[in-house]
Amino acid sequence: MATPATNGDQEREVLRMEGITLRFDHVTALDRVDFSLRRGETCIVQGAAGSGKTVLLKIALGLIRPDEGHIYIFGKEMTRAPEQDWMEARAAMGILFQEGGLFDSMTIEENVAYPLENIKAVHCPRDEVRPRVEEALQFVELGHTLEKVPSELSGGMRRRVGIARAVVTRPKLVLYDSPTAGLDPITATTIMALVAKERDTRHTATALVTHRYQDGHLLANYTWDAGRGRLARSDGGGSASRTRFLVLCEGRKVFEGSQEELESSTDEYISQFARRWKE
Amino acid sequence: MLDWLKPQVLALQNFVTLSGRAYVNLFRSPHYLDDIILQMDTIGVGSLPIVLLTGIFSGATITLQMSRALNQYGASGEVGQIVAISLVRELGPVLSAVTVAGRNASGMASELGSMKVTEQIDAMRALGTDPTQKLVTPRLVAIAVVQPLLTILADAIGLLGGYLMAVVALHLTTDMQYWSSAHQALEYDDILQGLLKPFVFAQIIALVGCYYGMFTTGGAQGVGRSTTQAVVTSIVWVFVVNLFIGQFFINLK
Repeated sequence: MATPATNGDQEREVLRMEGITLRFDHVTALDRVDFSLRRGETCIVQGAAGSGKTVLLKIALGLIRPDEGHIYIFGKEMTRAPEQDWMEARAAMGILFQEGGLFDSMTIEENVAYPLENIKAVHCPRDEVRPRVEEALQFVELGHTLEKVPSELSGGMRRRVGIARAVVTRPKLVLYDSPTAGLDPITATTIMALVAKERDTRHTATALVTHRYQDGHLLANYTWDAGRGRLARSDGGGSASRTRFLVLCEGRKVFEGSQEELESSTDEYISQFARRWKE
Repeated sequence: MLDWLKPQVLALQNFVTLSGRAYVNLFRSPHYLDDIILQMDTIGVGSLPIVLLTGIFSGATITLQMSRALNQYGASGEVGQIVAISLVRELGPVLSAVTVAGRNASGMASELGSMKVTEQIDAMRALGTDPTQKLVTPRLVAIAVVQPLLTILADAIGLLGGYLMAVVALHLTTDMQYWSSAHQALEYDDILQGLLKPFVFAQIIALVGCYYGMFTTGGAQGVGRSTTQAVVTSIVWVFVVNLFIGQFFINLK
């Protein structure tokens, strides 16, 4: 079933989806969508509500099986792979769900430790769990919340814990489902800075679903400055050339290209996701 | 017609698949022992007061209602027998199942349902756990163990309720006569029937409750809908299956 890929291919292509189609009864949620992501690359997926953005991420994780099309994870064909193979593949993938998806019956520490303790392919020794959880929570600047439960945290903090849980396994690919939805602009920028920080410090491939054009703009034009511990405007090239934008409309991919191309689009639907961002 | 039938068949398919997986997981690791014990506590210990209350009042009520009829035939000494048979064969298992369904099928559906709508079930799969293994199987095992135990306690306290009404309140019979008539009335297949029923009902409650939880859609409103449906469906099935088990034991004789 699996096509063995060369090491070079594995390094380059993290995720590839070809002709993905998914139908719910009479509704086509995704219609022949192609999507690929390489190491260190960022892809911003935009589209109106119900355009299939979240479903696309869930298919990439193997949570939903498409009706047609092929999925390759790290060069390995996964389209018809059994759940067990998916479990292994997911060890190298992190996901932040829309509302964080934290287990509300567990403490923050248990939440973040969950993938380390449950994904077999991660192979994390028992005595390393706690340090890694602390490290991941330090990363999102929530080191003091270990004993709390999700309901004690604010919406923004819950997303940050969600990010910590997504990156605690040091994945090569991180998927973010609307990380800034419903947050105030300041908290949203904090969250996006963390997304950039994860991308730039660990060189992970990033797929980000959003409906805020600022999010895409930020990832395309800013990088994480580890020395100063904050975002810095990138000097052209760099992350901008490695950031692609993708626009979905009712399950179809209607645009794929750079920020410049997105901003120069004259299409009425597409241009709504590129509202003249002025500095 | 076909449009009406399609969702029903799909629901049945989903239910059967989920149940099948829950049973297969019994023989596959990992086993979440902690979750089983936690559920036993929630379902078993948690339901104890209401099951005992139901038991004692049903025992007393049967005695009260039967006392007139028995007096008419001059058979009031046999009241222990009637309480024992009706409690152990029918009322104990069914009433306990109904109260546990009301309390726990709803609890399971709402807990799993809210996990479903807040993407916690998806998160569980994404983070390396089979949600059926982690959520459904422990509930199934826990309730299948505790429900027969709860029923035994309900039967016992029901008999005590009958005794209090018959001997202490109505003076229908004596201590000795009540207990010996109750004891003599029961045969081994009554006990077997009285234990098999809760074992089967428990599985209905767990599977129906978990099914409605796991297939919840549509936010908070969906959780409410699932919870109601879980209680209604599981109680209806308890009554239906109760008839078949009763028939089965009658055919045995």
